Amino acid sequence: MTADEAVSRLESGMTLGIGGWGSRRKPMELVRALLRTGVTDLTVVSYGGPDVGMLAAAGRLRALVAPFVTLDSIPLEPNYRAARESGAFDLTEIDEAMFMWGLHAAANRLPFLPVRAGLGSDVMRVNPGLRTVTSPYDDGETFVAVPALRLDAALVHVNRADRRGNGQYLGPDPYFDDLFCEAADAAYVSCERIVETAEFAKEGPPQSLLLKRHVVTGVVEAPGGAHFTSCVPDYGRDEDAQRAYATTPWPEFAAQYLDGRTA
Amino acid sequence: MTATRAEYCVIACAEAWRDAGEILASPMGLIPSVGARLARLTFAPDLLLTDGEAMIVDAEGTAEGWLPYRQHLAFVTGGRRHVMMGAGQIDRYGNQNISCIGDWERPKRQLLGVRGAPVNTLNNPTSYWVPKHSRRVFVEKVDMVCGVGYDHAAGARHHRIPRVVSDLGVFDFATPDHSMRLASLHPGVTVEQVTQATGFALTIPSEVPCTREPTPQELKLIREVLDPAGARAREVAV
Repeated sequence: MTADEAVSRLESGMTLGIGGWGSRRKPMELVRALLRTGVTDLTVVSYGGPDVGMLAAAGRLRALVAPFVTLDSIPLEPNYRAARESGAFDLTEIDEAMFMWGLHAAANRLPFLPVRAGLGSDVMRVNPGLRTVTSPYDDGETFVAVPALRLDAALVHVNRADRRGNGQYLGPDPYFDDLFCEAADAAYVSCERIVETAEFAKEGPPQSLLLKRHVVTGVVEAPGGAHFTSCVPDYGRDEDAQRAYATTPWPEFAAQYLDGRTA
Repeated sequence: MTATRAEYCVIACAEAWRDAGEILASPMGLIPSVGARLARLTFAPDLLLTDGEAMIVDAEGTAEGWLPYRQHLAFVTGGRRHVMMGAGQIDRYGNQNISCIGDWERPKRQLLGVRGAPVNTLNNPTSYWVPKHSRRVFVEKVDMVCGVGYDHAAGARHHRIPRVVSDLGVFDFATPDHSMRLASLHPGVTVEQVTQATGFALTIPSEVPCTREPTPQELKLIREVLDPAGARAREVAV
């Protein structure tokens, strides 16, 4: 399917997981397509990068679940900062590990998982809904019961995929893209290149086959689909394009970006 | 050879990993990174280092292992790691803030977010690096507790903050109530400079030692091998 067809399945009010990490292998072509729709009032779940910055700048966020938002080489995401400082959306700020175990819980159909993180920190103060659980064994330790981060839909970007929805990453880090897909009711995967299934073995080792087709709803061929974020080994981060994004007022940047003329 | 302030900072950071054994060093910031690699090349040869992406590398940068984020988080919870994080704010009990300045509901200044500070501080030794020691960073009370300090840790079994290194000195929590203590001054810095730049009352021992001198071999490694371009001077001048 096309990026526009994929995002046509999304609706306002949904909880949407976005794969990648910071400014690394973000499904930017799908985010761009999403920004062209009228879909809004989203709860976004993300190890945040420019995906979050753009959706925040465009006023599409009702809420965000994230441990951070960063452009990596530019530590503070300017559009995210501006939106947070104007109180534009609700934030569920949780730790990186809590976030990961929340995805694991959702993928495993568990209501929560115990995590040794959060206690003693203000994560508990700013998330008054978080509950704790005490070990039923002799140690008796108390943990945070991180609730499942169940998603209506997930958007991720990988290096290769076949038409059936199997996805392959060729870079050094899978990030948490498989978990995002497993935690979601529907997952849309963009890729640098759609290949015949038999070609996977030529592209990378068995463990590079990260996404399984049973958790993937649709595949989009999108060469450069993570740009300006990194998608190694196909390409690294385009620092010039990222700098342009970070230094251009959003309305001006969006006017060019949304119809694909820049970045 | 006279060491620069930045080089004393490198030594002070490197010392955090002395005798650490076969654990992962996770330095954040340039000077802690140079320090970790210096430790690996000298007195902590068993340290594991990362390339900042997804590989474990030796001191020459040769990959020796795979460390994607999910395995990195397993290192944290397994405790086989000593991280040196930055701090937008830090208080007398070692509570650290990298999330936001001002009221969390509507921050004056949004920073990174809590990142892994909550899980780090409850699971593996967590030290801090502050390249510009000031009252804006060393505050009476942090606006958002990300890294957990001794007063909030409630004796958590794996909680430990071995040291805080700044451009002025080294600090620890070796006091009865685990409040911050001046452990050493970088040569050329006075106690008054430190107290002036700190927004809370530090414990100051009657005799404050100086941060140790780098050995000639260490200086040579810093200058010729680890940071030949001199990037450390951009993080800490003087």
